[in-house]
Amino acid sequence: MQTEPLGHNVSLAERAYRIRRNALLMGEVQGQGYIGQALDIADVLATAYFHAMTYRPEDPEWEGRDRFLLSNGHYAIALYAALIEAGIVPEDELETYGSDGSRLPMSGMAAYTPGMEMSGGSLGLGLSIAVGRALGLKRKGSSCRVFTLFSDGELDEGSVWEAIMSASHWKLDNLIGIVDVNNQQADGPSTQVMAFEPLVDKLEAFGWFVQRVDGNDLDAVVAAFDAATSHTEPKPRMIVCDTRMGCGVPFLEAREKNHFIRVDEHEWQMALEALEAGRKA
Amino acid sequence: MKPVAPAPTKTRLKTSAMIASIAGEGQRTKPAPFGHALVELARSRPDIIGMTADLGKYTDLHIFGQAFPDRYYQMGMAEQLLMGAAAGMAHEGMVPFATTYAVFASRRAYDFIHQTIAEEDLNVKIACALPGLTSGYGPSHQAAEDLALFRAMPNMTVIDPCDAHEIEQVVPAMAAHQGPVYMRLLRGKVPLVLDEYDYKFELGKAKLLRDGADVLVISSGIMTMRALEVAAALEADKVGVAVLHVPTIKPLDAETILREASRSGRMVVVAENHTVIGGLGEAVAGLLLRSGVTPIFRQIGLPDEFLLAGALPTLHDHYGISTDAMSKTIKGWL
Repeated sequence: MQTEPLGHNVSLAERAYRIRRNALLMGEVQGQGYIGQALDIADVLATAYFHAMTYRPEDPEWEGRDRFLLSNGHYAIALYAALIEAGIVPEDELETYGSDGSRLPMSGMAAYTPGMEMSGGSLGLGLSIAVGRALGLKRKGSSCRVFTLFSDGELDEGSVWEAIMSASHWKLDNLIGIVDVNNQQADGPSTQVMAFEPLVDKLEAFGWFVQRVDGNDLDAVVAAFDAATSHTEPKPRMIVCDTRMGCGVPFLEAREKNHFIRVDEHEWQMALEALEAGRKA
Repeated sequence: MKPVAPAPTKTRLKTSAMIASIAGEGQRTKPAPFGHALVELARSRPDIIGMTADLGKYTDLHIFGQAFPDRYYQMGMAEQLLMGAAAGMAHEGMVPFATTYAVFASRRAYDFIHQTIAEEDLNVKIACALPGLTSGYGPSHQAAEDLALFRAMPNMTVIDPCDAHEIEQVVPAMAAHQGPVYMRLLRGKVPLVLDEYDYKFELGKAKLLRDGADVLVISSGIMTMRALEVAAALEADKVGVAVLHVPTIKPLDAETILREASRSGRMVVVAENHTVIGGLGEAVAGLLLRSGVTPIFRQIGLPDEFLLAGALPTLHDHYGISTDAMSKTIKGWL
């Protein structure tokens, strides 16, 4: 983050830890949620919000901000966790997660939440909107970037490929796609629901600058974001992140059915403790 | 090569072409009123851009594209992307006019319009050609359900203009309106009718074009053109037909419709180029019933069927929305 840092001495690993912790605490409020995804994407969100992106926490609609579009609306709990850590959403709203009248509904909706740039939920929308935003920013002569997070399951949607084709047609070098490959969607492993590999080859063939990294290796993620933002070819950029559902909480990571996790009451404390135990110094 | 003997003169077969003129024989027309009006508007509005899904030439947006090439975005044959990208443009402060055929916007891109545009009340203007039964190409291109679908979508303003004169006024009005608008677009050589009625389009307003004592026709789009012809035809039979033009399907001008429908002794006929399910007819019926106004009520519109392919005049006769067919139907109801 290039604005005045909030506790700039806090390491990215610590940011990722706190994002995971926030997500677990929100999950506990409802007793369920897309916790596996929040845990798997925390390193990417930490890198986006505390390394790569420019924004002003006190002014989420500041014109000079980089835009972050959450296409997979069910990852809202993960983004809220990051928005709270970034100071865009006040920390005391965490306990309202998914409750009546809350600004943090279980599926991400733009009208509800500061810092939420689009309403997801219906999948495969984000990259299309991102194409329009990236084109719009270019029209305005803005150097802001559009980051768009979507999931491997969304690759089933034809609209994603429409957007992938169009982004390279329009040479959208201000668009950075991040695909979370956790190989888990509603009906099972993504690769079995609908084969999407070899993803890098496909994206490169579509004219993108593509990197594939271990999305739970912070250093690798940071390097990929740096390479994406400093790349000079007039191409859109994609970071394919292989992640582990439940990353940071070993017993959740080991669960077979972890697309939508229900955690028993006593397990939340166990999860928090497991997360704490793995916390990097 | 032997000279070919001239073919015997024979009647040219009627066509079921995708693009068929909706103008009647000898009717006055104006070319591409939407495209020209958008160019005119864009001269003073640098935020206006044009976007299309491989139908620039067939929605008259190419006129805009020629005038403002740097404000024209060809998104390819991808209606979902078109709508999502238009939403993104609107987020960044542009006012995109997105064009395609009505069938593709209503059927293929409905979720994208719903989620990326309407839910966030974005300033995207959707102008769609071949509305209702204005193509003889068959159900793939006949948008009989578009009004029902877009009426049902919250935040969406829905406009069904009658002619070139009206389209020229609708374009700046939709740009001036804050929020998403769906417009049924008549393209190519568009009939010119309403200039003779001292007519001025106002968003959300119904206009009484002519008065009559026996029948009140409430209509939108090209059916207003037909209703005016029906009124002239029935005048010869001493039947007084009033025509209330309702170009804004949503929000409906309840006040004017209730006022005109409350006048005693008139049969109310709603005429629309749309399925009788969920369009203007049922919108008016619901309004009247909720308000306790219960005239004799009739609907002229397309049946709840997949429509035939064929020449437009043939189909309009077949489905009862041609001037002759309407005249006969209304006389039969009297």
